[in-house]
Amino acid sequence: MTEVTDTVPSNGNGQLIYTSPAEQAVNKLLQAFPDGVELDGREGYEGVIVAADHLIRVATLLRDELGFSYLSSITAVDLIDENKLEAVYHFYSVNNGGTAAVIKVQVDRDDPIVPSLTPIWPGADFQEREAYDMMGIVFEGHPDLRRILTWEGFHGYPLRKDWKEPFFEEEHKPFGSRWPGGEVHRAEEENLYGMNVQYPPGWMPKGDEYDVETEMYSDLVLPRDATPGLKTDKVTVNIGPQHPSTHGVFRMVVTLDGETIAGLKPVMGYLHRNHEKIGERNTFIMNMPYTDRLDYISSMSNNFGYALAVEKLFDMEVTERAEWIRILMAELTRICNHLWAIGFLLNDLGALQTPMLYYYLERELILDFFEATAGARMMCNYFRFGGVAYDLPDDLRGKEIYGWLDELVNDRLPAALEQGDRLITGNEVVRARSIGVGYLSPEDAIAYSASGPLLRASGVAYDVRRADPYSYYEQLDFDVAVRYNGDVYDRYLVRMDEMIQSLRILRQVIPHLRETAGAPIVSSKPQYALRAPRNGEAYGRVEAPKGELGFYVTTRRRDSNPQRYHVRAPSFINLTPLEVMSMRHKVADVIGILGSIDIVLGEVDR
Amino acid sequence: MYGIGVIKGLGVTLKNFFISYKDDLAWMGKGGRYYNEEALLQRQGLEGQGVATVFYPEEKLPMPERFRFIPFLVTDDPPPGQKWGHDWCTSCGICSKVCPPQCIWIERGKQPNGRPKPEPEKFFIDIDICMNCGLCAEFCPFDAIKMDHDYELASYDRTTAHIHDKERLSKPLSYWRSIAPRRAAAEEAARNFAEEAKARKKARDKDAESQEERIAEAIARQLIYKGALY
Repeated sequence: MTEVTDTVPSNGNGQLIYTSPAEQAVNKLLQAFPDGVELDGREGYEGVIVAADHLIRVATLLRDELGFSYLSSITAVDLIDENKLEAVYHFYSVNNGGTAAVIKVQVDRDDPIVPSLTPIWPGADFQEREAYDMMGIVFEGHPDLRRILTWEGFHGYPLRKDWKEPFFEEEHKPFGSRWPGGEVHRAEEENLYGMNVQYPPGWMPKGDEYDVETEMYSDLVLPRDATPGLKTDKVTVNIGPQHPSTHGVFRMVVTLDGETIAGLKPVMGYLHRNHEKIGERNTFIMNMPYTDRLDYISSMSNNFGYALAVEKLFDMEVTERAEWIRILMAELTRICNHLWAIGFLLNDLGALQTPMLYYYLERELILDFFEATAGARMMCNYFRFGGVAYDLPDDLRGKEIYGWLDELVNDRLPAALEQGDRLITGNEVVRARSIGVGYLSPEDAIAYSASGPLLRASGVAYDVRRADPYSYYEQLDFDVAVRYNGDVYDRYLVRMDEMIQSLRILRQVIPHLRETAGAPIVSSKPQYALRAPRNGEAYGRVEAPKGELGFYVTTRRRDSNPQRYHVRAPSFINLTPLEVMSMRHKVADVIGILGSIDIVLGEVDR
Repeated sequence: MYGIGVIKGLGVTLKNFFISYKDDLAWMGKGGRYYNEEALLQRQGLEGQGVATVFYPEEKLPMPERFRFIPFLVTDDPPPGQKWGHDWCTSCGICSKVCPPQCIWIERGKQPNGRPKPEPEKFFIDIDICMNCGLCAEFCPFDAIKMDHDYELASYDRTTAHIHDKERLSKPLSYWRSIAPRRAAAEEAARNFAEEAKARKKARDKDAESQEERIAEAIARQLIYKGALY
């Protein structure tokens, strides 16, 4: 991987100016492709607009020569006023960190064809399928362009601005029917079918739609070639969606050669709620409780990412005490999530809930703290734009709050982690079942856009808190947890390491909280109806416990609702290497590998 | 030795087995570890060890003041013989405008001459839709809608019992004070201070605004701010 050399250019007056790696990359792209690439000149937007036929060359140049090898996010925007669809790509540099090089491709809305990046970057697979499913952009060259979040026979493109959902009431909230003349009604009584479904005009379900499934997967069954000398068939079988070990309603269509995996296709969308469309109908403040429901295990991180994105758009400052509280909540959420994730990984490996319940006792304490501070254990709705909603409570279960936090962080949690370590890390069964299982090489991890513990267990030390710092993480002293073997055992160890680093961060944060007691926790009086001060886009990302969680929000001036709202969900994208990791392992190993990726369906499907 | 990891793990589980009875013995002379409120708090706190079960419904975890389930409307303490007093809600509609799933329907009160009256004529919340976010209570300028702590609302029929009308939603201020004493006290202090500041400002000469009075007003604003954010 080539490094971007740190040239320090100067302007005409001899002053040294610094350009970030992303800006340097953009300048080099403009030089290399003067006809296909132009700066995105819209007010409040960044990056370059690339002509569709130049996309592959631009992307290859970014990766090979400019060092931006990590394709983090592909999303699509419906510019209905200009009759265009726009595909937005965010590239990051793993070696240099920093902000994103943003590429946009604008195509005609009636015939949207964009070359697919999947042959070069396998991690683009699911995200391009999602853009096709939701917006209708056809990615030429994609090996398997099918719908991913909706069912195969779905009609229409849900995120287009002219598509209306079955319970559609009005274009933007707040709805006029609620006040001042509120006549209560139940939305389900107004739908023809009494359910949240909508069929294409002139089509009724006949009941034989199951044939679609068999046809779609028929090429996965390869008869009579499996083992030479023996007449065997490969069998295609479903794992899920109702399955206790798939972490939610997640389905894998596996092709088995005996007990060994010969092919695996993840099928998701069983929990798809069109969160992004709801996000476009909501106002900015209304989206905050909806973000809790994305990664419902770690709601504070989702709030954090969304708050960052909107604060970037609105140019809002965050007060000092609020930043410390945010870091406190983010790190406690990380511990919460990893306790859960390790517990469920051990469940998947067969340790019938014992480690899970031991970890749950600690998680309950953290959730009690969240309940006393934010009002709810999991759906916290705690962050606001410019700060947080409430200050810390005065006491919890009779103990003064800073003393409670001190005891939690210095005594209780380290003892629990140490107990878990003794129970699990040296256990021969765990080691036998997870060492060497589900290997993901560092090059593959970057190519498949893996993030979070999945990426760091493969030896790539990329953590958003260090690469592109937000809040006060730059001032804090902690290490990035990395392991180099890339198997299930290392992902478990990375999560243990991260919890210990989180405790280290918490020990530094709590004295700051004591010092700033009584300081304001929000920078301006919270408004219930914010209007965007300018046009623009913002991409706010945080190191969520599951990976890099990003929120891409665009807005128009004076709008109270976002124009486009996209969630870069780490669990969704971390599922892309699942097939590569599972090949030639047994079915039982696949469950363990899925557990080590640590998905939550609220995020996968949104 | 191969197998030492499993043995160490079994040691951990064995230790936890004995720990689960240690507290039972410790609390034997003090009224038992279960169905005992004091023991419940210790069991659920940082020193809790062993069995952490809450034996619901005989034991119930105390809810913190900020716990939010579904909203309720605050009314004045009722005069004797009546169920609730005057509504604090002025049907301004902010709660219904800020509600994320739009579960609040308000019909604004009307005076006989057609102009709006600061009282709701009708107030409905569909609790099936309510996502318990608490934004309505947070942004109400009159402290009139608050988040209730009552979560025992199971019913057999969803279609009729889950749309709460104004009668079902109204609860007196004493109820709010009982479930959230510190917040209620902070809000009341802020309201009183604000009213006194306003009264003092009206009662004196406009030009003779002294430094102390400006500070008192700023404190009043901060208190309202803090009371609402408590």
